[in-house]
Amino acid sequence: MISEIRKHPGQMAVMVLITLFLLAFLVVPVVQVVFVAFMDATTGGFTLLNFKDFFSTALFRESFWNSIYVGGMSVLLASAFAMPLAYFTSRFEFRGGVIIQGLGIIPLIMPPFVGAVAMMMIFGRNGSINLLLEEFLGINIPFMEGLNGVILVESVHYFPFILINLSAALQNIDRAMEESAQNLGCSGMRLYRRIVLPLAMPGYVAGASLVFLKVFDDLGTPLLLNVNNMLAPQAYLRIASIGINDPMGYVISVILVVIAMASMWLAFLALKGKDYATVQKGGGGLAKRRMRPIEMFFAWIIVLIIMTLVLAPHIGLSMLSLGTIWSYSVLPDAFTLDHFRAIFSETPEYMTNTVLYSALAGGIDVILGTAIAYIVLRTKLVGRQWLDYIAMSAVAIPGLVIGIGYLRTFFDVEVPGMDGQSFATWWVAIVIALAIRRLPYALRACSAALTQVSVSLEESAENLGANKLKTVYRIVIPLMAGGILAGFVTSFATAAVELGMTLMLVSKNADGPLAYGIYVYMQSAAGRGPGAALGIFAVLVVGLCTFISHVYVDRRQRALGMKRDD
Amino acid sequence: MKKSALGYGVAIFGAALVAGVLAAPVGAFAMEDKLVVVTSYPKDLTGPFKKAFEAKHPGTMVEVLQKKTSAGVKYIQETASGNTSDLMWASAPDAFEVLKNDGLLAKYTPKATGIPKNIGSYPVNDPAGYYVGFAGSGYGIMWNERYVKAKKLPVPAEWSDLAKPVYHDHVGMSAPSRSGTTHLTVETVLQGEGWEKGWATWKNIAGNFKMVTERSFGVPEGVNSGDFGLGIVIDFFGFSSKATGFPVDFVYPTVTTLVPANIAIVKSAPHPGAAAAFIEFLLSVEGQELLLDPAIRRLPVNPATYAKAPAGFPNPFKDKSIGAAVKFDVAKSGARYNLVNSLFDVMITYRREDLAAAAKAIQEAETALSGKSNAEAAGLVKEARALIAAMPITEAEAVDAKYPGVFTSDVFKKRKKASVKVPKRQAEVEEKWDSFCLKNYKDAQAKAEKALALLK
Repeated sequence: MISEIRKHPGQMAVMVLITLFLLAFLVVPVVQVVFVAFMDATTGGFTLLNFKDFFSTALFRESFWNSIYVGGMSVLLASAFAMPLAYFTSRFEFRGGVIIQGLGIIPLIMPPFVGAVAMMMIFGRNGSINLLLEEFLGINIPFMEGLNGVILVESVHYFPFILINLSAALQNIDRAMEESAQNLGCSGMRLYRRIVLPLAMPGYVAGASLVFLKVFDDLGTPLLLNVNNMLAPQAYLRIASIGINDPMGYVISVILVVIAMASMWLAFLALKGKDYATVQKGGGGLAKRRMRPIEMFFAWIIVLIIMTLVLAPHIGLSMLSLGTIWSYSVLPDAFTLDHFRAIFSETPEYMTNTVLYSALAGGIDVILGTAIAYIVLRTKLVGRQWLDYIAMSAVAIPGLVIGIGYLRTFFDVEVPGMDGQSFATWWVAIVIALAIRRLPYALRACSAALTQVSVSLEESAENLGANKLKTVYRIVIPLMAGGILAGFVTSFATAAVELGMTLMLVSKNADGPLAYGIYVYMQSAAGRGPGAALGIFAVLVVGLCTFISHVYVDRRQRALGMKRDD
Repeated sequence: MKKSALGYGVAIFGAALVAGVLAAPVGAFAMEDKLVVVTSYPKDLTGPFKKAFEAKHPGTMVEVLQKKTSAGVKYIQETASGNTSDLMWASAPDAFEVLKNDGLLAKYTPKATGIPKNIGSYPVNDPAGYYVGFAGSGYGIMWNERYVKAKKLPVPAEWSDLAKPVYHDHVGMSAPSRSGTTHLTVETVLQGEGWEKGWATWKNIAGNFKMVTERSFGVPEGVNSGDFGLGIVIDFFGFSSKATGFPVDFVYPTVTTLVPANIAIVKSAPHPGAAAAFIEFLLSVEGQELLLDPAIRRLPVNPATYAKAPAGFPNPFKDKSIGAAVKFDVAKSGARYNLVNSLFDVMITYRREDLAAAAKAIQEAETALSGKSNAEAAGLVKEARALIAAMPITEAEAVDAKYPGVFTSDVFKKRKKASVKVPKRQAEVEEKWDSFCLKNYKDAQAKAEKALALLK
């Protein structure tokens, strides 16, 4: 240990700092809340009895399997959305590339409450589609009933995780690999199956495991669709009840964390023992060829179908924001701009807060994500894998638990120099909590990016006299830029619409982000239109910021000669 | 010049100071420049009150913090060590009971006059003096007119109507554990019809549920969208949806309870003067009239206000049929509060699909049976009904200190003394209820299907 510190004082210091950060802002607050799961109600001592109760309760076992089922099915459906899109953009000169890149982010920016209402208006039992189907065909398809609804909404919402990671991986594949295979006589599907897919595997597995995790732990969607027989809503329902302090909610939270870890571990095992790094970067990805007209036609059909499906919530949201009354009808009764007028007088702080908080959180996330990925993949420090596990475990902690944990841990901590300002109710606490909650996304993206960078590039740099820091700064980070950007964008966009935890920590209206403003509107019948209008605003603001950061990184990469002008 | 300008400045400042001192009413609390209100109410409700209050008390800024009731309670609990909130403003009386029992509320006796002691059969203010009722609300049935027309459904009038086969898969409600006012509706029917019969009524209605929503607003949202046709909701959700323009309507059944919506001063509030002024403003003629606003639509507690109400606005002080059918026993409700919530979740919320399947089978068998005489089938249907109605615990057990004790055991407060025994774990008890109900629902379905087969 001591010799390790001597050998790599810099690495060690970084690791210690990150560990302290995670301990203070993730582990301690969560432990403050979940220790109840291990507590004997009678003696206050340690017990595992609560876990025995969990497994002997039929309802919990059923919820457990439902959650696994929904997670698995969502990964399948999300892959079905993402794979064709990723394939078209990476394999062909496809004009729809920009649209597809947009598709990679817009579904993630779905503000809570309004999104589910919008989906119900379109796909619900008496939504637009079923009303039309009933009138013309006399059938009703239960898109949104029970677990179906959860699977549909989750895959539409989270498929970008697969799309972003898979596209990034495909673009990073060295064209030389493909060319060598072709020279050796491999082509068509075989080439795709034997060369392209395996090389893109880290990206796909990273995306798929994120989708599984998110769906497994997602609280909002099942709650909004009123599906109770899943683990996350069971935990929430038991934690948030007034007056009842049932330990089972916390037991379920612990189980969620354990499953999350296990699925990360499985993903890790799946990739283990294979080397995915390629030496040359900037080969411009796979060779692209022009589509034949008939291929182009079918490609567009497929893209359009997928696009309509995944944009349905946004289409519904737009109609909600522009419609007067929309009730049991295919379209709203009439259209109006009143709802947008209503929100214009709204405090502009909601917008600036959202952008500020999410950008800071996204920034913290990619710095931490890059550092952790580097430590895990490139150093031999003891316990480095644990850093990854701890950071990833945040994905499984319900926002509510983090919110309560922060209040419990930091309420009595004063911010120095701010005259009695409690840290827990300071807006910075919201930023840090958001960063912690979204760190897993950035971390997975950064890890996947780093996995694809060959270590020999760093070794060459070091051989040429660069020190570790300089190598990281000049070689590793620029090569990871695509992945880092993907991480930033996912963290940023999803932080912008986080609600559960924000609701707990906002202590001043002026500190509230957009999601909070939407929540405030969506609690009344008259607020549905303005709430939807605010939701559209959130989508536009976050979309615009994402676009700008994308353009910026793209320019830089071109300037550094890492990307060819196609 | 300069000097005199300064002199003017001082003089103006001094005059302002004097005026300020004179303006403060003698003997009242000093008005602070800020007021922090934690509330579960939507902007539509808080907005007009904030505006009117600030106009009346210039210099006092109202800071409104919207949180769900449960998050609001947790927020006040967790921040108690350095409380920054002045008022808790929400509907559910139980949220206030929790805060009161934790010693987090300050006593306040309102000075406003003309407010009766009871609304319906429920006391307006907390008898112990910790929270104050400012408006009444009652539960009823809300429906979407386009939906009922399209599906050719009759308009319901009573709770028991909702159990009719015609409404199968058309009804929505929120769980009592999620919403304090829903809890009161459940409890009202239980007290009005008795434990066994009351629960049977709820389970028969629940057999027609399309959905048990997580938030109380989920029900009007579903009815407004037309996702389901009928909802069991608190009156103002119905009234305000209608006022917004949705094609919906609302009715009070005979058995309903009017309960006050409340406000309370948080203990060691940083701005007690402004907090008291806000409560008085709520109860003033002006404040009470704001409740009639189409987007708010709550029943004022001051009977005089109803003179200004629009035509057709229900007046519980005149129309004694609203909320008067049941003498609500607050003590009984309190003793089994958590148990009733948990029982509802176990029997209905989490087993909605099994219950609905059984109900469907029974309804079909009953329809097939009508007009025919088949003693065996009739017997089977009767047995199936009895299985649905069967309760895992009796009323006596429900108020027995042993049972509710399971649900009030506070695992967060460490028990130092081993002698303080917790009888059983909640999960253990719930699992027993769950397996009891699940088996009964499955058996009931099998019996009803057998009866239907006999009739074919």
